[in-house]
Amino acid sequence: MTLLKRGLSRRRVLQTGMAGIIGTGVMPAIFTKGAWAQEFCNNPTGDTVTFGLNLPLTGAYAEEGADEQKAYELAVQHLNGEGDGGLINVLTPTALKGNGILGKKVAFVTSDSQTKSDVARAGATRMIERDGAIMVTGGSSSGEAVAVQSLCQELGVIFMAGLTHSNDTTGKDKRRYGFRHFFNAYQSGIGLGPVLGQEYGTDRRAYHLTADYTWGWTQEESMKAATEALGWETVEAVRTPLGAGDFSQFLTPVLNSGADVLILNHYGNDMVNSLTQAVQFGMRDRQTNGKNFEIVVPLFSELMAKGAGANIKGIFGTSNWHWNLQDPGTVAFTKSFGAAYGAPPSQAAHTAYVQALLYADACERAGTFYPPEVIKALEGHEFDGMGNGPTLYRAEDHQCMKNILVVQGNDNPTSEYDVLNIVQEVDREVVTYDSAIFGGDLGPAEPAPLC
Amino acid sequence: MRTMTRNDLMLLLGFAAVVLAMPIWLQPFGAAYPDLLQRFMIFGIFAVGFNILFGLTGYLSFGHAAFFGVGSYAAVWSFKLLSLDAIPAMIFAIVISGVFALIIGYLSLRRSGIYFSILTLAFAQMSYNLAYSVLTPITNGETGLQLTINDPRYLDRVFGDAMPGQPVPTLLGQSLGGFTGFYFCAAFLILTFFIAQRITGSPFGMMLKGIKSNQTRMNYTGVNTRPYTLAAFVISGMYAGLAGALMAVTDPLAGAERMQWTASGEVVLMTILGGAGTLVGPVLGAWIIKYFENIFSALNDSILARFWSFLPDGLDHTAVVVSGKFVGEGWFLTLGLVFVLIVVFLPGGVMEGVRRITTLVSPKSKPPASPESTSPQPQPAE
Repeated sequence: MTLLKRGLSRRRVLQTGMAGIIGTGVMPAIFTKGAWAQEFCNNPTGDTVTFGLNLPLTGAYAEEGADEQKAYELAVQHLNGEGDGGLINVLTPTALKGNGILGKKVAFVTSDSQTKSDVARAGATRMIERDGAIMVTGGSSSGEAVAVQSLCQELGVIFMAGLTHSNDTTGKDKRRYGFRHFFNAYQSGIGLGPVLGQEYGTDRRAYHLTADYTWGWTQEESMKAATEALGWETVEAVRTPLGAGDFSQFLTPVLNSGADVLILNHYGNDMVNSLTQAVQFGMRDRQTNGKNFEIVVPLFSELMAKGAGANIKGIFGTSNWHWNLQDPGTVAFTKSFGAAYGAPPSQAAHTAYVQALLYADACERAGTFYPPEVIKALEGHEFDGMGNGPTLYRAEDHQCMKNILVVQGNDNPTSEYDVLNIVQEVDREVVTYDSAIFGGDLGPAEPAPLC
Repeated sequence: MRTMTRNDLMLLLGFAAVVLAMPIWLQPFGAAYPDLLQRFMIFGIFAVGFNILFGLTGYLSFGHAAFFGVGSYAAVWSFKLLSLDAIPAMIFAIVISGVFALIIGYLSLRRSGIYFSILTLAFAQMSYNLAYSVLTPITNGETGLQLTINDPRYLDRVFGDAMPGQPVPTLLGQSLGGFTGFYFCAAFLILTFFIAQRITGSPFGMMLKGIKSNQTRMNYTGVNTRPYTLAAFVISGMYAGLAGALMAVTDPLAGAERMQWTASGEVVLMTILGGAGTLVGPVLGAWIIKYFENIFSALNDSILARFWSFLPDGLDHTAVVVSGKFVGEGWFLTLGLVFVLIVVFLPGGVMEGVRRITTLVSPKSKPPASPESTSPQPQPAE
């Protein structure tokens, strides 16, 4: 008691404290080590297997996120043998049986990534650590995709990217555990360049407004390369913050810059806002350098076109896919999505759905959920029937090689969904490029990290 | 050598026990997974540091997330340039955020009250915008600063162990993922709690409390209060930098969002919710807010449908629709309601509630050995 009456010395406290920390802190770490020692991260032992859906349900890309969620729910139903089976019936070759994956029913958990990289990572970690997700998928922003992809590589969980268009996702920042079905900015440039040259001539001055993150940067670079190859001149490229809302301060300088083409490297709500404001500024009625002022939106989607309304009429861009294509895969997907939700699917929904099916198919072919084997099954896999013609999952950078679309805003829409016309289907051979041009390193598949 | 009182010691030990046992007692709440536990620790440290400035000195800073973000960026740069080891990264982060706090504090502390708050808010928003779009070569903007295989890592190269594969932060070669990362952060939370406790009990702490209760009188008695407030500001900024560094250690990505004014507001909420001026309160507030953010936001309609399935048909659907507004994307609504209720009925935060329960349970003046709730003993130090 004398000791306590005088109080304890700092040294004594530190000693006892450290002993306590070591005692209570380290021991459970040793015990739990055994519990976590499984063959690989989140090895499904029960009769279900869980997908982690990381979706932007709020923020600039919320529309796309909501559509992706619908598509994933549909994909899970079809994988479990419910509904009309959707694209399972048209995928060739296929190992899918419509009884889940490897006999296990598919379940899913979701997380709102808020269109922020930080939050997307936290959500993905939660789904992997707490909910036992065997695979993470989704996302509508390349910032998110790049961030979550590297996290998945660290934890040893496969990431099937949703809508991400930056060259970096399968270029500079590519990862062994990350796969992308969507096309990229470089391919947009290859596809869109010739059409722009044909329509607008070779003597143009372009002004870029660019979303200030990985996707915007690489798209600006690819569009510059494509248009400068035509003989166009780049007046200026201005970076705008993601989710800015009001773009008037960036649009005013365009009017006095001497440019006659405005290239909007924006997506989602940002594109809807910047395009609408550009039209309100009277840009489409202007004459500059004796030519009609034109606006180009290199990456287009149905959801954005709907949001921008009449402002998109006649504007050129590219798409990964469109529900109005006439191949059996597209027809089947549009039919079952329309039956479930009463509206045609967007390209974000399509890529999300296809990614879920391709992962399931790869597991069936590999005969296991062990990620390195699933990766092997996906790498270099050639398939058809998913709406983009014959497609190759390239082994060198995990990028899908397939046809892409050049689209134009519809002048006379017949319905609120009929907003885009397909101008040209650019062949896979044309948009195939050397995977080495962007650098990057996939990293190893094995040893598979234990999360 | 200064000694601790018995009460302080019991508080520290109780706090340490509660923290270290978190993986066990949080199991029923669905929160016992490493990532969230790490966040509990990190934001606990952040709130403890914030409380030194706000609770102890009475200066309400609305820009503390700036130091948090600076700590993160500094740590990630240390991983990229020096070594993947956590120790240099944390030292580097604390030093940088300390210097940053010194500059901002020197300028902002010329004013007090609301003017001080607005100044810090302005500086933080400036830092956020710099990180988001001006200094992109340093911060990588919206994409976030990340580690890559080709980073230079000069120190690691000197010792010749170029990590194979994906770079992840380590502590003397030991990986800091999962529960190891949690215990690493927990050790720092306990350490910083101990330091905050010592500061509160020290003559320096008494000066800070004096400044809070009446700075003018302090000035009239001939005390120059500026060095004290500046010291409190810098200490508090270093705490935030440490928290930011730990965030980067457990998840090596630094994004500009963590410097946004909402993040600064969050730590103010944490402190007020838990009980400003108490030692344990801010930590509790941080845990409650992070729990809401991670657990409530992850509930969706299918989980609610399962929860309400015991209700008769029709009624359960209504229950799902109504409660669905408060979870998922609507978790802010729930948090707002909780915040309003606490501020109206318990102006002293959760800690005041704990104190009231304690006095109800035992009317005697001496507090009982442990209150009924899972929280540690109330802090009678104010």
